[in-house]
This record gives sequence, structure tokens and C-alpha cells, in this order.
Amino acid sequence: MVFYILLLLAAVGIAGYLAGRGKAFQVVGGEVRKLHSLPSQHGTYVALFATLPALFALVIWGLGSPGIETSIIKSRFASELAGQGVPQVEAFIRDAKAIAFGGLVGFTDATKEAAAAAYRSLHTTSLTIISAVCALLAFGGFLYSYRNVSERFRARHVVERVVRVFLIACSIVAVLTTIGIVLSLIFESLLFFSEIPFFKFLFGLHWSPQSAFTGAGTAAGEVNEDIFGAVPLFVGTLLITFIAMLVAAPVGLMSAIYLSDYASKSVRAVAKPVLEILAGIPTVVYGFFAALTVAPFFRDLGQALGLGVASESALAAGVVMGIMIIPFVSSLSDDVINAVPQSLRDGSAGLGATKSETIRKVVLPAALPGIVSAMLLAVSRAIGETMIVVMAAGLAANLTVNPLEAVTTITVQIATLLVGDQEFDSAKTRAAFALGLVLFCATLALNVIALRVVKKYREQYD
Amino acid sequence: MTDITAAPLPPGRTPSIHTDAAAKSRLKSRYGAEMRFRWLGAGAIGLAALFLLLLLSTIVTQGLPAFRINSITLPVNLSAVPADPAARAGFDYAGVVNDALGAKFPDVTGRQERRLLRGIVSTGSGVILRQQIENDASLAGKTVDVQVPLDDFADLYFKGLLAESAAPQQLPGVTVSAASGDVGVTFSDDAIARLARSVGAIEAEGGVLRLTSGAASLLLDVGGGTVKLTEVGPGNMAKGTVYEALDASVSTASPAVLRTITTPEASRKITDREIVWLDRLKADGAITSGWNTIFFTSGASREAELAGVWGAVVGSFLTLIVTIAVAFPIGVAAAIYLEEFAPKNRLTSLIEVNINNLAAVPSIVFGLLGLAVFLNFFGMPRSAPVVGGLVLALMTLPIIIIAGRASLRAVPPSIREAALGIGASKVQMVFHHVLPLAMPGIMTGTILGMAHALGETAPLLMIGMVAFIVDIPGGFTEPATILPVQIFMWADFPEPAFQQKTSAAIMVLLGFLILMNAIAVILRKRFERRW
Repeated sequence: MVFYILLLLAAVGIAGYLAGRGKAFQVVGGEVRKLHSLPSQHGTYVALFATLPALFALVIWGLGSPGIETSIIKSRFASELAGQGVPQVEAFIRDAKAIAFGGLVGFTDATKEAAAAAYRSLHTTSLTIISAVCALLAFGGFLYSYRNVSERFRARHVVERVVRVFLIACSIVAVLTTIGIVLSLIFESLLFFSEIPFFKFLFGLHWSPQSAFTGAGTAAGEVNEDIFGAVPLFVGTLLITFIAMLVAAPVGLMSAIYLSDYASKSVRAVAKPVLEILAGIPTVVYGFFAALTVAPFFRDLGQALGLGVASESALAAGVVMGIMIIPFVSSLSDDVINAVPQSLRDGSAGLGATKSETIRKVVLPAALPGIVSAMLLAVSRAIGETMIVVMAAGLAANLTVNPLEAVTTITVQIATLLVGDQEFDSAKTRAAFALGLVLFCATLALNVIALRVVKKYREQYD
Repeated sequence: MTDITAAPLPPGRTPSIHTDAAAKSRLKSRYGAEMRFRWLGAGAIGLAALFLLLLLSTIVTQGLPAFRINSITLPVNLSAVPADPAARAGFDYAGVVNDALGAKFPDVTGRQERRLLRGIVSTGSGVILRQQIENDASLAGKTVDVQVPLDDFADLYFKGLLAESAAPQQLPGVTVSAASGDVGVTFSDDAIARLARSVGAIEAEGGVLRLTSGAASLLLDVGGGTVKLTEVGPGNMAKGTVYEALDASVSTASPAVLRTITTPEASRKITDREIVWLDRLKADGAITSGWNTIFFTSGASREAELAGVWGAVVGSFLTLIVTIAVAFPIGVAAAIYLEEFAPKNRLTSLIEVNINNLAAVPSIVFGLLGLAVFLNFFGMPRSAPVVGGLVLALMTLPIIIIAGRASLRAVPPSIREAALGIGASKVQMVFHHVLPLAMPGIMTGTILGMAHALGETAPLLMIGMVAFIVDIPGGFTEPATILPVQIFMWADFPEPAFQQKTSAAIMVLLGFLILMNAIAVILRKRFERRW
């Protein structure tokens, strides 16, 4: 039905365009130069006025009507639903909807059938209303704008203002996304912190939310506060990130130096694509590689050396994550190193320094703020990386800094807490949002610091 | 300075500090350091290349076998299939396939052995047969050769990935006491005992070597059948079990072929009996190896030989359509506004900072956003491509905006001034002149963003795209999975055949990524103008 309304609106829009354009031609008797705006602009003006208000109404209806319908149903069946818990009421509504509009029905009874019938009639009413409103708005808008079309009418200004509003709205989407992220994280986290004290979460040493409830069953509302201590996760994340940076920082930096200062053209023609391919490989592939090849390799190596290496060791996940970050570090450092002016290198060479001395004593100190910022961004990337650790790191939260043991990370826990079927209103799932908030804040802080470092310490040479 | 160096050294004076022995050694060490530094750089590049090579070669060598599949052709008697399609409901198609297989091995009678034998054909063979009959009703009532896939373990055996075997040896002068059951075997010499000892047989009393399931399997092809040796010794004597009936007992010394499966039976997923059967079928020409069309045409399955990527590919495609439909217009519009219209004020600088920060937000956080806002707040369906597409769109939006702004900025101001000069309005200038010129760059950035979105996994785990979905998704709101998530799920399956499937799926994914990047490169090369 909504689809047909949209189709009709599109037809009205096209008709409006043609009508507006035709009228613009007609009012000046074909002498277009007499018009203030082009005929096509008059046409667009009519089309916009005929469709946009109706479209708005439709969007608002689409967002608002399901909630209103549901609340009406709830109030109508209040007596039947009295005394039931929130999940039961939700299940009731879900089933009633499924019976009414098709879908997976859990089980059905007379009350649900009645509710479904009520739903159907309500929906028909609301559809009729919105259809009428759309028709009215489209017709009214069309008439109003069509009457406006005249020789001196500034249709272009109106159209361009609409275009500009559309452009602004689109750029606001990015801001809305950020607001959405922050609000959803904070909202769920606040609910979480109302159950679990903030400091127990941030400084607790024990993490096992899978056993979150002291008793079994839905009635067990008692949440054990002591098992939401996230410190093991922070330590695990930092450990894996540290290992990753141990691989990525030297390799990435040295390859950037080599590519910018030593490599011949042919070497660069090969090496650049290699790094680009490394950067383009999806993280799930790295994860598979870590779990399948690297982790068993380290385990066997450890066995040969007489060391007990866990099959999901932090080492394997860290090393593979390091490989993944190499191109990131390298391309950022490359930009920074290339930004050091040639005159500094020439001056150093003129004093008799070799190339490596120039790089170590002149170029790198000059590029240091940029390199530090690149490393911070790489750390932020490593902290937020999910798939490698989900596939190759452990699930058990061990509080250890031994890279040979299995540790778990923030992202792994978010993924394991939220993947699978469960209701989204337990302390367990909210814990994932609290972790997400920590992750978001950490990466944001790192990015801000990275930017500040560059701004504050960069030397202006030119 | 030139005067000093030009003047010849007076006789008898020692060389300066720049040319004496200490200076030379200093210079040498400096050049050494230079060389080391250079090699360190080359080593870093080499290491990165080595990692890439290792990764790709692992994936390719693992994945290639999954592109082929071994099938078995069986003469299936379809006389029992009802001619009337309506009466076929509930007909046991798998049963007739199993009967056809059983007919190949009439002497396999035991319950357990029959079950083992059935296991070498895919459990989906009944479904495949049913489809064939539905497509061609004239098959019912006849006996036709039907090709069905082998079970994944049998398939892996033929690919040589499950059991290793040594080269077969020709042995002269072997006798066997009976044609079936437990038999005694004599060899011409006691070389067999040495062989048995070398492959891990356990010493028992009386000079007997017992070949347990922890040792390699010795299979003796003799007199038209196969004997599995269970005990060797003393001397040239041996005992065995007939796995495939001989024509008759072999009383006169005859030549035989000894096959050694070096992987012990206990540590492989296929038994000696199955190996004997499979080798017999292969020798009969019933096994054919072909291009694995199932992998490219079917959806997910718990059975490795029936699992395919097509469902995931379609899911990825639907998701990306939503992503591009949302992210491209919004991203381009935002880029145009920020680059061409935005006044320098706090709002626009806020938006700019925002976009840069959004590009650095971990992808899993976008998954949390999708879960909290799209699923829980707006009540959109779980596992649906439309939600996945929206989440990925928000994630790629910053990439498209940044790329779009860069290519808009690359259009020289002269174009804008010329357009304004001949009376175009600002909107006309942008949409008629600047945007068309910037479009190739924007498209390139968009395709790269889409490639990035195609490989993204973590946010889609959050919105339930990990569900096990067998059907090929038919719409934007139907449950679907996508290629990277399929890879993630298969990587967790314990069956060895799924490891190959995972690698093969990765190859498919990388293929799509290469394709998209190639298109981006071509676009850039063909259409991008340097001003």
C-alpha cells in the first residue's frame, strides 16, 4: 500500500514538473528570456511542492504509527494483559502482529486472534487516513505552486533553497550518527551502571558475565556485582595491542623509510601494491589465518622449545594484528616523512652525513610528532579491531601479561555477549554497551591526542 | 677552502684526521651502519611481502581443492518411484540411492557395515535425486545412472587430504586360507614383519606383531579381493580380515599388491573399510571428479559437501545495494555542501571534526549503534540486509565524504569562475560543471568504500547476520548472511572439509574485492583529469 502511495507521488511529481514547465512556457508565450527562472525550474518547483509535503507526512506516519497502533492495542487489551510481565506483553504484541500481517507466529489463542483483528482494522484506518492526508497535501501543494508560476516568479530561488536544505540535511547525517552512537551507548551503559556500580566495573578484577545471575531462571533478578570487573579485558586488550605494535611499528616505520628514501622506482612499484593489498584484505581473513596457521605454529614452536603456549595465545592474535596494521603505520609514516622538506636532507648531506645518519638524526626528529601521532592512530585501530581477536584470541578473562597464555579483549567480549539469541535487557547484554562506551571513549581520546600532538609539536619548516 | 685542499702535503707530514687509519675505520663503520640501515628497511618490506605471500599461499592451497568435488555415478533403479507426482510425497529417494550403492557391494551385509557404506554418499543425495526426477518426470520407472556427490570425508580422501599412503609394493608368492572372514596369510619371506615393525605394529608374545588402529594399515590386494592384515608373524605368517571377498581362497603362491596407508586409522576420519570400498568404486570408474557447482549455487548447509557460498554472495549483494543507495547520495551531498556551500562557522567545523572522528570509530561500535537504534528502537527485522546495509552505509559515509571532498577540491577554481561569469547560479555551477568533473574521483572513492564495506564483518555480527540461513535470500528484509560472516561461521566448524570451504569462500571474497579495486583503478586511469 505504502509502495503504491509512493508510486502515485512519483507520478504526481512528474505531472507537476510537466505542468509547471508548460505553464511557464505558456505565460510568456514561448519567449523564455522574459521569465525570471527557467521553465525547468518552474517545473521542479511545482514537482517539489506537490510531493515533498506528502512525503514528509508519509515518513512521519511510518515512524509514528506502529508505536501508536501498539499502544492503542495495549490499552484495549489492558484487562487481558494485566498482571503479565514486560516480555510476555511484548511476545503477545509480536504474535498478534504476526497473525495480522504475516510472519512467524509463536503460538496463537483467542485473545491474540482478537488483538490481530483489532490490529488489522486499526491499520486499515490509519492507512486510509494517511492516504487521504497524502492526497490532500499533494493536491494542495500542486495547486498552490501551480498558481504561483508566473513571469516574475523566482522559482529558481525556491528550488535552490530546497537543494541547499537537502545538502545541509545530508551533512548533518554524520553528526546524527555520532549522536546516535553516543546516546545509545550512554543510555544502555547508564542502565548497566544502575545495576553494577561504576567502580566495580572499571576496577574489578573478575570478569565472567556468562554466569551473571546467582540463581537460574528468569525470576532470579539478583545480579552478582563482582563478576563484571573489566580490568582483565583492559589488560588483555593492551597486551594484544602491545604485541601488535611490537610487530607493526618497526616494520611499518622501516618500510616507510625505505620506500621514501632508498627504494628504486621498480622496487616501489612492487612494494606499494604489496602494502596496499595487505591493507585491503578483510580482517576476517586475517582472523582465519591467525586461527588456522599462526596459532598452531606458535603452539608447536612452544612445544618444541618446552614452553606451554595456549592454542589461543595472545601472541598469535597480536602478531597477526600487527601484520594487519603494518600498511596503516607505513602509509601514515610515509606521509609524515615525505612532508619533511628536502632542504633539511640536503643540508645534512652537505655536512657529510650519510643517508641513514640524515634519516636518523634529521628526518626522524623532524617527523617525530607525526610519527607519534601515526602510532597512536595505529594503537586506536588495534584496540578497536574485532575479527582477528574474536577468531584467534580466547574467551576466558585471564588477568595475565604472559603473551603465551590466552587472554580476551573488549571487542571479543562485546561480540560474544551480543551474538546469538537473547533478550536485550539483561545486565549481560548491557555490559556489552558499557564496554562499547569504554572502547569508543578510548579510541576517541587516542585520536584527539594524536591530532593534538601533531598540532602542538609540529615544526613549521616552510 | 679550495686553497687548502689544493695545496700538496709537505713531505714528512702525517695525514690529517680525515685520512688517517682511525678516520678510515670510522668511515668504514659509518658505511657499515648505512648498509645495515638500508638492509633493515629492505628487510621490513621483505617481511611485509613474506607475510602477504604466506597468507595468500595458505588460503589458496587450502581453498583450491574445494573448487572440485568427487561424485559417484550409480545405476539407480527408479521403478518404485510413483509416476504420479502427487503420490511422490514421502518417497524415500535416499533409500533407492543407498540400494544402488548396496548393489555394488553385495557381500556387505552387517548392519553397521551397511550404515558405514551408506555414509560414503552425501546425505543430500536423496534431495538431488528428487530434483532430477521433478525436472524430468520420464525418469520415474526406469533404471538410470545418477550422479550424486560423495560425503565430504570420502571426497577429502580422494583429494588426498585425509590419509597418506605409501607407494604400493608388488609381493610374489602370497597364499590366503579362505575367501572371506578372518583368514591366515603366508608370504614368501619375512620382509612383511620388518615392514610391520617399521609402521608401528605392537609386539605381542610369540613373535607376533599386532597391527592396531594406532599403526599404519596394511591392505593386501590378492585374488580379486582385499585383506586387511591384523597380525604379522611369526616369520612369514600373518592373519587378516577380508574386507572385500576374494574370488576363492588362494592356495598356490600368487602375486599380490600390498598397500600401506601410513596415517593410522585412529587418527583419520575414514576407516580402512571405506577406503577399500572407495578404491573399488574408483577402479570401477564410478567416481568422477568435476567442477564443484554446488559450491557456487547453493546456500549454507551443515553438510560440507552441500554447502555453498551463493546464499552469502546474494546476501552481500543485497546489503551492498542498500549501502550504496544510502551512502552515495548522502555522502556526495554532504561533500558538496562542505566543500562548496558551507560558510566557515562553528557548525561546519563541528561537522568536519565529526566526520574525521567518525572515520576512526571502531566498526564494532557501529554494530552496537545498529543494534540499539535500528533493531531495538525502530524494531527493524534482525539479520536483514536492509539493516546491515544501513549500518555499513553509516560506516562508509565518512570515507565517501572525504573522497568526495578531495575530488571536488581538485576541480580548479577557474571552472567555477567561468560558470559564475556566464551567469550560472551557485547551484547550477556545482551541479552542471563542478560535480560532473569530480564524478570519476567520487566514484573511485565510493567503490573503494564499498570494497571496504564488503569485507566488514564485526558490525554485522551485532545485528544478527550470523544466523544459520539455508535459503537464498530473496529480498531486503528476509534473513540473510553475507560472505565475510559466512567465512567467520565456517571457520568455526570442526569438519576438515569446512576448512577448505572457508578458504575457498575467502578466495571468492578476495576475487570480488580485486574486481572492485580493478574497476576503481580503471576509472581513475581512464577518467580522472589532472589539472
